[in-house]
Amino acid sequence: MFIAALLPLGLFLFPLWKITLEAPQYPIPLGMYIHINDFSDVHPHDIKNINLMNHYVGMKYIPEAIPEFEIFPIGIIVTTIIGLLIAFKGNYKWFLFWFILMIVLSSAGLYDFYLWEHDYGHDLDPKAIMKFTNPDGSVMGFQPPLFGSKDILNFRAHSYPRLGALFLALGITASFIAYLIGKKNNKKIPS
Amino acid sequence: MKTFLKSTFALLSILVAFTSCNNASKSNSGALSSSAAEKVYVAPGEHDEFYAFISGGFSGQLSVYGLPSGRLFKVIPVFSQDAEKAYGYNEETKPMLNTSHGFVPWDDSHHPDISQTNGEIDGRWVFINGNNTPRIAKIDLSTFETTEIIEVPNSAGNHSSSFVTENSEYVVAGTRFSIPIPQKDMPIKDYKGNFKGSLSFISIDPEHGHMDIKFQLIMPGFDYDLSHPGRGKSHGWFFFTTYNTEEASTLMEVNASQNDKDFIAAVNWKKIEAYVNNGGGTMMPTRYAHNVYDEATHSATSTIKKEVRVVNPLDVPGAVYFLPTPKSPHGCDVDPSGEYIVGNGKLSANLTVHSFTKMLDAIENNKVAGDAYGIPILNFEDVLAGVVEQPGLGPLHTEFDGKGNAYTTFFISSEVVKWKLGTWEVVDRQACYYSVGHLMIPGGNSQKPFGKYVVAMNKITKDRYLPTGPEVTQSAQLYDISGEKMELLLDFPTVGEPHYAAGCPADLIKPRSKKLFKLEDNKHPYATLSEADTKVVRDGKTVHVYMTTIRSHFAPDNIEGVKVGDKVYFHITNLEQDYDVPHGVSMIGANTSELLIMPGQTETFLWEPKQVGVWPFYCTDFCSALHQEMQGYVRVSPANSNTPLKWSLGEDIE
Repeated sequence: MFIAALLPLGLFLFPLWKITLEAPQYPIPLGMYIHINDFSDVHPHDIKNINLMNHYVGMKYIPEAIPEFEIFPIGIIVTTIIGLLIAFKGNYKWFLFWFILMIVLSSAGLYDFYLWEHDYGHDLDPKAIMKFTNPDGSVMGFQPPLFGSKDILNFRAHSYPRLGALFLALGITASFIAYLIGKKNNKKIPS
Repeated sequence: MKTFLKSTFALLSILVAFTSCNNASKSNSGALSSSAAEKVYVAPGEHDEFYAFISGGFSGQLSVYGLPSGRLFKVIPVFSQDAEKAYGYNEETKPMLNTSHGFVPWDDSHHPDISQTNGEIDGRWVFINGNNTPRIAKIDLSTFETTEIIEVPNSAGNHSSSFVTENSEYVVAGTRFSIPIPQKDMPIKDYKGNFKGSLSFISIDPEHGHMDIKFQLIMPGFDYDLSHPGRGKSHGWFFFTTYNTEEASTLMEVNASQNDKDFIAAVNWKKIEAYVNNGGGTMMPTRYAHNVYDEATHSATSTIKKEVRVVNPLDVPGAVYFLPTPKSPHGCDVDPSGEYIVGNGKLSANLTVHSFTKMLDAIENNKVAGDAYGIPILNFEDVLAGVVEQPGLGPLHTEFDGKGNAYTTFFISSEVVKWKLGTWEVVDRQACYYSVGHLMIPGGNSQKPFGKYVVAMNKITKDRYLPTGPEVTQSAQLYDISGEKMELLLDFPTVGEPHYAAGCPADLIKPRSKKLFKLEDNKHPYATLSEADTKVVRDGKTVHVYMTTIRSHFAPDNIEGVKVGDKVYFHITNLEQDYDVPHGVSMIGANTSELLIMPGQTETFLWEPKQVGVWPFYCTDFCSALHQEMQGYVRVSPANSNTPLKWSLGEDIE
């Protein structure tokens, strides 16, 4: 459980997610890492160049900072402290509580990410230089996929978790394993 | 004499005719096999194995080709204004073409040579000489731009230049036309004994490549035609061919062709360097320009220097010797080991090769045959390594493959001849179309040539391509030299008139090639690093426009308050930070060229509005999907009007 509580701290070292945009005129694709507290370029100036591309269809600039960059790190630190307290306290039932807590918070985080992506891809400037419509006549959105790959006009967008997300997932899994082991050991000791 | 000349030419014509027949029969027998096409085919999207930097001669520029494909990638402006790139037109690069004679917008670019480390080419810089108004330029191979030009004083016809020593200690420039040094008003007929030739040793700063004339050797008034550095065992020496040892000043084609032997001047520059480092030589008043382009400010500055250190060869005994070499030698080529010095006697039937070891031996044993103006002349037989007997007609230049073979061009018999160093036997000959001048093997002027291809640069083109009126392109030919026999692979057209080239494996340069200039490193005094900082400032009748470009607009794009008679400087910063997204700009009626501004760069053009009205400007490089919309207006009011200075983007100006 001790390990489980510490693993999510990997999010401070490694990016959580990566979005890659491929197009014929970008033999080296544009890319952006999403960290727990920051967006960053895969290659120098990628975000600036993604913004430049996206302004043609009226998408907003990728912000320098979003509130989540404040909240998420606090969330991770708080849950780590809770996890450590639980690890020291040593009651395996609490391991399950931490496991569920982390699942809920991570799902909330992913949902928040989806909402931001949706807004980013759909809240377009009405004076956009180029306006595209879907076959049904509705305004075309440019939301990148949450997970997986998708064609958006001349770009092919890929969105996949990175090492930071793996650390989080491992931490969560480890807490569940810790719970199972704890449960098993508990049964062996006659009460 | 006339009869001698007549009979020589008669003999030459017969031999030319004979050789031509030979050539025809060779090409008919299928010299161009189908595999030649495969050998030069570089599939779409793939890269060539070598860069070739081919001089432009009377174009004044340097062109960049890929080998083996023969594809042209870039023409780097060096000594001539280039409206396409605004070189010599924009305010930043005008100082590059400054000289002691003022702004000289053209030169005759000749002999490119790549910098070296430990006797091998290192791919950092190319140096090239301007022949007419003597200058040496340095091109930085991270940007493929000319970043420095130094004028060479006391020189005329800067031809035995710009060859680099094996650790890039010096780039050397020799004078072809001797002149009065210092210049003075005197009768031309008093040439003999009074005119001098200078050999300039220009030091290269190991880190930045900055050039500085360390010393000039003031030599007798011969024509110093070509040169090459010693290498390996002969490192520390430099060799120069001479002609016109007759010291004629008129009807040179006859009067400078009388002596049976001219000289190769062997200069022990290490000895002179030590002499100079100990305070030797004298500072002579003169004037020459030193122009340096700074990558951080994207601007060049020109400084006029007032003196140069000159050395009299007689003051440094043992530093200079003359090696007798038959018949007005042209190319002066040193093999990769540094042992053999080839004198390509252009009017000689044979090819003369001197031995460095034998030369040292002759010097040590004081075997001197005489002197010319006090400079010792060694015995021809004492320094001769060997002679390639009757290899062809009109030898000009020799290159080496690093496998013991030499390749010499023959102008009159129009061929490249392969021969063996040491045995002096001719191995193979291939026709050139037509009248080849220089040839180039990548790494040719180094200890380590890459003996896979040789490029022959021909002086006459005639019927090789679709005709284009009286003026046709010059032509180069690529031969595969990896086997025992040479194989003609490709013809490709060249820019201007190539005089020599320098080649280099692409891997030495490719990884260092810059993609863009970082905006945060832009130190141009008029740089505008964000749209928020754009402005228009009036200072009397001068107006400075601080403008930016980014896809797909100028900021500002509406300007009012400019008046007839103003000098308007447009300082334009390209805010892009993406590879291959330049923006251009031009203003209607501007008496200058467009600008082509690379990402992160600032460039300036001057516009002097002469008529009242509203005048448009626009982006000249198809930058983006909205390139056609990338345009703006400047309102020009009468000189005495009160229109206030205003600028805007995306809003109405009032």
